[in-house]
Amino acid sequence: MEHVVEMLNITKAFPGIIANDDISIQLRKGEILALLGENGAGKSTLMSILFGLYTPDAGRILVRGKEIQIANPNVANELGIGMVHQHFKLVHNFTVTENIILGMEPKKGPFLQTRDAAEKIRQLSKHYGLNVDPDAKIEDVSVGMQQRVEILKMLYRDAEVLIFDEPTAVLTPQEIIDLMKIMRNLIKEGKSIILITHKLKEIKEIADRCTVIRRGKVIGTVDVEATTSAQMAEMMVGRQVSFTVDKPDQAAGEVVLELKDLRVQSSRKTEAVKGFSLQVRSGEILGLAGVDGNGQTELVEALTGLRKVESGSILFKGKDVTNLSILHRIREGMAHIPEDRQKRGLVLDYTMEENMVLEIYGLPPFAKYGFLNKPEIRKYAEKLMNDFDVRAGEGPLAMARSLSGGNQQKAIVGREVAHDPDLLIAVQPTRGLDVGSIEYIHKRLVEQRNNGKAVLLVSLELDEIMDLSDRIAVISHGELTGIKMPKETNEAEIGLMMAGVSEGAQA
Amino acid sequence: MNRSRDIFTALMAVFLGLVAGAIFMALSGANPFAGFYYMFRGGLMNIERIGNTLATATTLVLTGLSVAFAFRTGLFNIGAAGQMLIGGLVATMMALSNNGALPKFLFIPLVLICAMLGGALWAAIAGFLKARFNVHEVVATIMTNWLAFWIVYYVIPAYFKGKLETESARIPFESSMKLDWLTNLFNGSYINFGVFVALAATAVIAVILNKTVLGYELKAVGFNRHAAEYAGINVSRNVTLAMAISGALAGLAGATYYIGYAVNMQIGILPTAGFDGIAVALLGANSPWGVLASALFFGLLHSGKGFMNAMTKIPPQIGDTIIATIIYFAATSILFVRLYDFLKKKLKKEVKA
Repeated sequence: MEHVVEMLNITKAFPGIIANDDISIQLRKGEILALLGENGAGKSTLMSILFGLYTPDAGRILVRGKEIQIANPNVANELGIGMVHQHFKLVHNFTVTENIILGMEPKKGPFLQTRDAAEKIRQLSKHYGLNVDPDAKIEDVSVGMQQRVEILKMLYRDAEVLIFDEPTAVLTPQEIIDLMKIMRNLIKEGKSIILITHKLKEIKEIADRCTVIRRGKVIGTVDVEATTSAQMAEMMVGRQVSFTVDKPDQAAGEVVLELKDLRVQSSRKTEAVKGFSLQVRSGEILGLAGVDGNGQTELVEALTGLRKVESGSILFKGKDVTNLSILHRIREGMAHIPEDRQKRGLVLDYTMEENMVLEIYGLPPFAKYGFLNKPEIRKYAEKLMNDFDVRAGEGPLAMARSLSGGNQQKAIVGREVAHDPDLLIAVQPTRGLDVGSIEYIHKRLVEQRNNGKAVLLVSLELDEIMDLSDRIAVISHGELTGIKMPKETNEAEIGLMMAGVSEGAQA
Repeated sequence: MNRSRDIFTALMAVFLGLVAGAIFMALSGANPFAGFYYMFRGGLMNIERIGNTLATATTLVLTGLSVAFAFRTGLFNIGAAGQMLIGGLVATMMALSNNGALPKFLFIPLVLICAMLGGALWAAIAGFLKARFNVHEVVATIMTNWLAFWIVYYVIPAYFKGKLETESARIPFESSMKLDWLTNLFNGSYINFGVFVALAATAVIAVILNKTVLGYELKAVGFNRHAAEYAGINVSRNVTLAMAISGALAGLAGATYYIGYAVNMQIGILPTAGFDGIAVALLGANSPWGVLASALFFGLLHSGKGFMNAMTKIPPQIGDTIIATIIYFAATSILFVRLYDFLKKKLKKEVKA
């Protein structure tokens, strides 16, 4: 079997942690090798070594059977290794062509020659079914399209080995399907792919083999066809993981939240939520499914007071809160796990203890006569971090920035649940998290429901919606396309509704 | 842990600035050791000189606090000079109108309050524009600096003219911040009541930033206004308030400078102390006590450079060059942060071994 890339016995230590401990992986020509591991397992470090961003402390790298030193990304490029980063590296007010040629601009004298480059990009795009317009500006195209520009960037540089770092984290379900198609096309053309991910479903769908890494060590490499998702999950986490959430049947109670004909504008002044009506009851999880950008963000912001409502009303526990301040709604018993934990959920340069009282710092016992009561805040933070298994090096004194994504999210979930809210609005509560953290957060959401509280779950992950919800509402283009009970529907039907096909039209 | 790193960074910046100064002195053909000797002597050789150093530092502490407070709340107040002018104008107007009507122990607190309000309102304009219309505070405060400049340019000659067209009448001693016993204690130096104002302001700002609900909110808005908004903090109100507090400090600086340190108000000058405040804040790592220390150091350089010039052939610009170099090193402090981390790691290893 011909190996395109071999990384043998790679060891890399950072202060206080061995990120890669004697790791070996082998990529065969024309295959998709998945690299599976929890956040912080060492996947990104390993790939950064291959891409020339780090030098390993020990170990050898072989490309096409020849031992080489990869000192910097330029060397990696020359060897035909390219990487699609999780966060794209694109200049937003440049065109697709300008972005792709950046760093190797074709010149005629002092002048830029983009025409030939654009033509080559058009050819490549057609060949691999990427459907990219070379003249479009990056700021005008979708996230999925931006990712394809990143892929084109590698193809333009004749990359043979393509590394994808969590490529689906930012994509909609439809875009994920497209990406899978593109990856298959790439393989057909003889390229080889390393796919970094912690989503088992994707691995099952597309990868040939899977190398599992846990705490810097290789646990094993398995044939994807012959291994179940549960087996791989167990290898990754080191214990058995339950995928289904135990949820006792219970009748929903009174209406906690009622939206009546709500209309909300987007930041671009277009109507994002168009006459949306919905009820959420106590003791139920209402899942709101939809493709990203269909008005969910605006709807949630209107609910929590972050965005102005154009018309319609929001009733919370029977009281009209449409024009109440954010703080007022929090005090009334609304809690919000925000979509973007680093933008909204945490002050990254505050310590964890300061973050744990983000909404209640001004209330007794945390404040008295305008002065903060630091010992009380610390006690509270310690208890919460303990209860919700938030791991941080320096405990409550750790900077929020220094925590891993999973721990940051657990801290936010803990903080919001601790307010004992009547309504918990959870937006993408498990985005980008590993299996262990997801399992944990799901349990907490169900616990809220079992305690007779209302939960509004907004998620782009259909699996999550199907598993957790008591009722599923589907939003498309800012309108409600229907409400279904999870037992009486399936992913295909919900998927159609997400695309805007309402129940009536389908029947 | 971070505090010791900040101190290390500041000391390194000061040290390298002094080294650079020494090189310049040597290049100008003088003995650097003599230069520094006279510079420090100039600032510290007798009780009067020490008083002058403290008086110079007073203004810098207050403008430094003004800039540092704004930085901590996520704002860049480049308008301390203008706010200082407004505070100073309010104080000068009051001092020249008082005519002994109010005794000093009542008059001075009243002036301080009014100057604070003047500076606060002046800065709040920029804060409001930022909060309401998202006008960047750097642009707004540069404009308000010049507005203040021209207001003084008009008001002083029109209503408070002194011997010359370009300055106000002399501040009478009974309305000045100079105190008999203090002036006598320091053998007739410029030192005035402002020294106590500056110390009190440092302590108050330190408490506000580190111990109060208000400080928590302001810093949260400064670090991440999206998260602050999410938590129910009124971001617009806090931005305006943060600018107002920053301006109040600059206003205090103006009062202590124009009716304490100086004897009258000159027109056509944007006080440089307003801009030096940025350097003071930077070197002091935006911490109130750091600002106090760095203002004292800058005050020493400022008041010592004249004496150095008189006693040696070194041009007084060398003093300014040293200050500029220190600012440069403080601004590129990331180098020292790296060095600090490197040394710490190495030390740890050796201790282990």
